Amino acid sequence: MSALATYNFAYLDEQTKRMIRRAILKAIAIPGYQVPFASREMPMPYGWGTGGVQLTAAILGPDDVLKVIDQGADDTTNAVSIRAFFQKVAAVAVTTRTAEATIIQTRHRIPEAELTANQVLVYQVPIPEPLRFLEPRETETRQMHALSEYGLMHVKLYEDIARNGHIATTYAYPVMVEGRYVMDPSPIPKFDNPKMHRSQALQLFGAGREKRIYAIPPHTQVVSLDFEDHPFTIQHFDRPCALCGAEGVYLDEVVLDDRGSRMFVCSDTDHCETRRAEGHVGPEGMPSGYGAKEAAE
Amino acid sequence: MNSTPLLKVQKLSKTYGQRIGCKDVSFELWPGEVLAIVGESGSGKTTLLNCLSTRLDATSGTVEYHMRDGAYRDLARLSEAERRFLMRTDWGFVHQNPADGLRMTVSAGANVGERLMAVGHRHYGRIRDAATDWLSRVEIGADRIDDQPRAFSGGMRQRLQIARNLITGPRLVFMDEPTGGLDVSVQARLLDLIRGLVHDLGLSAIIVTHDLAVARLLSHRMMVMKDGHVIEQGLTDRVLDDPRQPYTQLLVSSILQV
Repeated sequence: MSALATYNFAYLDEQTKRMIRRAILKAIAIPGYQVPFASREMPMPYGWGTGGVQLTAAILGPDDVLKVIDQGADDTTNAVSIRAFFQKVAAVAVTTRTAEATIIQTRHRIPEAELTANQVLVYQVPIPEPLRFLEPRETETRQMHALSEYGLMHVKLYEDIARNGHIATTYAYPVMVEGRYVMDPSPIPKFDNPKMHRSQALQLFGAGREKRIYAIPPHTQVVSLDFEDHPFTIQHFDRPCALCGAEGVYLDEVVLDDRGSRMFVCSDTDHCETRRAEGHVGPEGMPSGYGAKEAAE
Repeated sequence: MNSTPLLKVQKLSKTYGQRIGCKDVSFELWPGEVLAIVGESGSGKTTLLNCLSTRLDATSGTVEYHMRDGAYRDLARLSEAERRFLMRTDWGFVHQNPADGLRMTVSAGANVGERLMAVGHRHYGRIRDAATDWLSRVEIGADRIDDQPRAFSGGMRQRLQIARNLITGPRLVFMDEPTGGLDVSVQARLLDLIRGLVHDLGLSAIIVTHDLAVARLLSHRMMVMKDGHVIEQGLTDRVLDDPRQPYTQLLVSSILQV
């Protein structure tokens, strides 16, 4: 026996994992319904993805391959820390390649590559209640969910149009799941909303501070709310990715200097790298391996 | 006038432990009729109103409502979903404090349109047209449709609250001191407006007030409450001009003459 403190596989003890798995099963059985669960303290602050981490810990097995992204990127602080955490406490294989991963934990994006039936997408959710900012009483919002009273959600969209002339909600855009529950898809851009519809992958949502788990099982209908005369639309970009030339993907704006130069690149870093490795070059990109050759010489 | 009552109340009582909220209240409300409930503070007016509008559960007694399909239903036995649907379509509730009945952080148009969206309207243009129409009917300019109620005066807020309640064409409106807290000239305009709307739409209304002038102007019939009991009821003019109970006589003689 080691004198050092030891952890169970994937940090959480087995009883906690069972409790979380039960909540997950219930969430899958009732798509879009927020299942309360006894969220644990995790060795990271609330807001860093404690909900997502608990879900991942509960479903992770020794053979899984884990990918963690934050705003689409594999190399940001949040993603790197969570990946390192599971390497340490579960010794699982990790990857940055979407196609190779079996579990993808994400903050604020859905990967560009289409997900498959053997993959699970785990979302980190800050505020699970879509009605929160319109109706602050939790007792009332639960009642509204129970009775499927969702007129209030359209009041928010009405307000958007009245103020801005169009629906100005661009992220955390409310969706109706399987015609029953209105759900907050976590702060993903509305660009990603259509990807949730009839997705082959299981999608799990975990809110650690709010102690809620919800899910979209594979092949579930997910419809973004809108008005007949103001239909739902996703963002469109008038230029391709500067590095890989991809069109029809979600782009991040990168500021290059203090004189106003900027470029737009894929927010999904794996997607961008894969395309560049395949030989795609954007207007400001360089062919794949260019930097490597320079360094070698 | 229709020959069946809209609301049938029988021996309605509400007690808070040993204390009486209201006791053995029975009456019938007919379509198109305005009933005023008057009495001093603490006489059980608001308790009675809340019991009638299902905001409070009565201790005993029944309230039956004539539903649109023609059947009488005991309100206490409605399911939560039916009750809430009734409250946002066939009924209205005008609070004394407009902030209780309005969403203060969304625009006037959204406040008025909320009930339409709640019953399934999904066409922005038509919702907005209906909201504009109702704002004009309560004398709020169309240019104020995108302002939040917090930018409105007390009288405007109260009128906005009325528009918000009437947009779905309710048959019964409950009003709890609708003119309380407003100055006299604004009160007079609001009363005029309510009287016009009630008349034009053929609404039934139950109005709780401590102000006998409000009862005189708006109501056809009135009930006088004291200590939770209805001590006198009848046609408004009869009760006010020929009060029979000593307490009613006191109430009527307490009106300040200017």
